[in-house]
Amino acid sequence: MAQHGIKEHSHGAGVPIQTRNERPRSTSIEDFAEVSKLQEIWRYLPIDKLKGLTQSVIGELTEDSVEIKLAEGVTANWVETTKAKVGSAGLPEDRIAAIAWTNASKTLVIDVPKELEQSQPSFVVIKPNSDAATAAHILINVGTHAKTTIVLDHTGLGVLGENVEIVLGDESTLNFVTIQDWDKGSTHVSTQFAKLGRNSNLRHTVVSLGGDLVRVTPAVELSSPGAEINMYGVYLADSSNYFEHRPYVDHIAENCKSNVAYKGALQGVGAHTVWVGDVLIRETAVGTDSYELNRNLLLTAGARADSVPNLEIETGKIEGAGHASASGRFDDEQLFYLQARGLNETEAKKLVVRGFLSEIIQKIEIDEIEQRLIGAIELELEKVGV
Amino acid sequence: MSKLEIKNLHVSVNTDQGPKQILRGVDLTISSGETHAVMGPNGSGKSTLAYSVAGHPKYEITDGEILLDGANVLEMSVDERARAGLFLAMQYPVEVPGVSVSNFLRTAKTAISGEAPALREWVGDLKTAMKNLRMDSDFTERNVNEGFSGGEKKRHEILQLELLKPRIAILDETDSGLDVDALKIVSEGVNRAKANTDLGVLLITHYTRILRYIQPDFVHVFVAGKVAEQGGPELAERLEAEGYDRYLKASA
Ligand SMILES: Nc1ncnc2c1ncn2[C@@H]1O[C@H](COP(=O)(O)OP(=O)(O)OP(=O)(O)O)[C@@H](O)[C@H]1O
Ligand SMILES: [Mg+2]
Repeated sequence: MAQHGIKEHSHGAGVPIQTRNERPRSTSIEDFAEVSKLQEIWRYLPIDKLKGLTQSVIGELTEDSVEIKLAEGVTANWVETTKAKVGSAGLPEDRIAAIAWTNASKTLVIDVPKELEQSQPSFVVIKPNSDAATAAHILINVGTHAKTTIVLDHTGLGVLGENVEIVLGDESTLNFVTIQDWDKGSTHVSTQFAKLGRNSNLRHTVVSLGGDLVRVTPAVELSSPGAEINMYGVYLADSSNYFEHRPYVDHIAENCKSNVAYKGALQGVGAHTVWVGDVLIRETAVGTDSYELNRNLLLTAGARADSVPNLEIETGKIEGAGHASASGRFDDEQLFYLQARGLNETEAKKLVVRGFLSEIIQKIEIDEIEQRLIGAIELELEKVGV
Repeated sequence: MSKLEIKNLHVSVNTDQGPKQILRGVDLTISSGETHAVMGPNGSGKSTLAYSVAGHPKYEITDGEILLDGANVLEMSVDERARAGLFLAMQYPVEVPGVSVSNFLRTAKTAISGEAPALREWVGDLKTAMKNLRMDSDFTERNVNEGFSGGEKKRHEILQLELLKPRIAILDETDSGLDVDALKIVSEGVNRAKANTDLGVLLITHYTRILRYIQPDFVHVFVAGKVAEQGGPELAERLEAEGYDRYLKASA
């Protein structure tokens, strides 16, 4: 089942990586060093929680642990990975992604035919229901001029190594949401790649609510002119969660736009989130307009949010590029103001957290997901001892 | 009829240099329908008094008591005080990003009255109150105090006063930063609340200007953390003409 052969330039494992575009890309496990905290990409990760995902041979997601509910016109098929056009959107840049890639003999291919405009969202719900390490590969193709919404939802118990590829045809628009709402005991490493066609528009939203270890690394290649990407993230972490999000935007073509905004609320001793936002604006990416932001709200002592924006600019001919990152304690004056208007402490905190995250929640534009998030906030803040 | 009694109140605030005594024995009683003006120099402790009644955690009550209709206010949490009928219009209202005025007001009304207000009635009340305060209807879609002008913040405080219908309200420098037109509008709001709900008011100010629109029954001169003198409305005129020098010398 292992497949080899797709490979870009590699500097070999062990060479210190200077800039983002010098990372090796390959589907072969041997091209990557063992997972170690000495490498920047793993430096924050609680490696003991990776479960079996670092083993070279792991199981594979079965068809019956995936529930698929598609909007009319959208299709989904399980295809032999060797026959699917895998690698269209990108290639692994780390060992765990390469392991998942190699071990997924089947790929779930979702096709949105060209010119299909479908406002109904399509749902793919992944429920492995097992703590055995499992590989999955999903490929989403959106045809030229098509426009739709796809939700990838992960729930229940799972130890999942996943690669998600998203290929947008010219002038197409996709609203994509990936939800990590795992039960306790779950581990999820999701490597996501998107490649955007000319004048296409992708909204990529990451919602992380549950799981012992969740790592989502969405990488977007802007290699056709006029493409626009909005990457949003919203997360709620408590003592039982480690969430790591590493969005990466690679500006190659001219006149592309990228906007990255992740916001999270954390509470409880041991709650830990990591955000590393990379933006690379290459010499060819004239007229780029780019911004990235991460904000964290620490509701209690003992929670930790790491936030690192990296902006590399290789051309001066851009419209704009900026970044912002901040993590702050809960504002006591806000709390007092709301309590002085009759809200008890829990109600006041709920309102503030909802307000803080609302900017991102509003961007999802799928009513049932928004409601689910608001419900999760309510539940989270009602937990005892907060 | 409601009565707020402040007796021998001593309050200190924690600073980096240790606790600092600010209020040194304040006695004040405010009943429904009465308006008390509190005037005093900067730093004399007026806001500290207001915050202490509302229950701000930064202030520590070291002696004395506060009673609302005989109930011990000092034992109540901040929100319990609000639900018991106390209201503080803040000198510097706080921004709450991402929370719309409409959501905020409805949530507060629900918390104060213990149940969600009937929708149609609520919408009507809100509209009327906003119209009276000459506030645009799209104001409710903005985030609480975010980017509000000084005047908008104060109107928004009085809007809450009118909608939440407290029994006793403390207005901390609601007149500062207002031009004459806005001052009149805000004063009308306070007077409406007094007429409609027999509100008792403790009005903190530096100037007599607002007292021309909101008639005080009593004026208290606040110096160095306590009431130095009290009298009727005529005392305010005298303070404006003479300033606080007389009291400051006495307290030094
Ligand atoms: N958190 C604090 N830390 C240190 N000092 C404080 C703190 N809060 C208040 N004070 C001090 O307490 C005193 C009283 O302050 P307060 O704000 O009550 O005065 P005020 O009468 O309302 O003044 P103003 O007319 O300027 O509003 C001042 O000297 C102030 O500096
Ligand atoms: Mg003051």
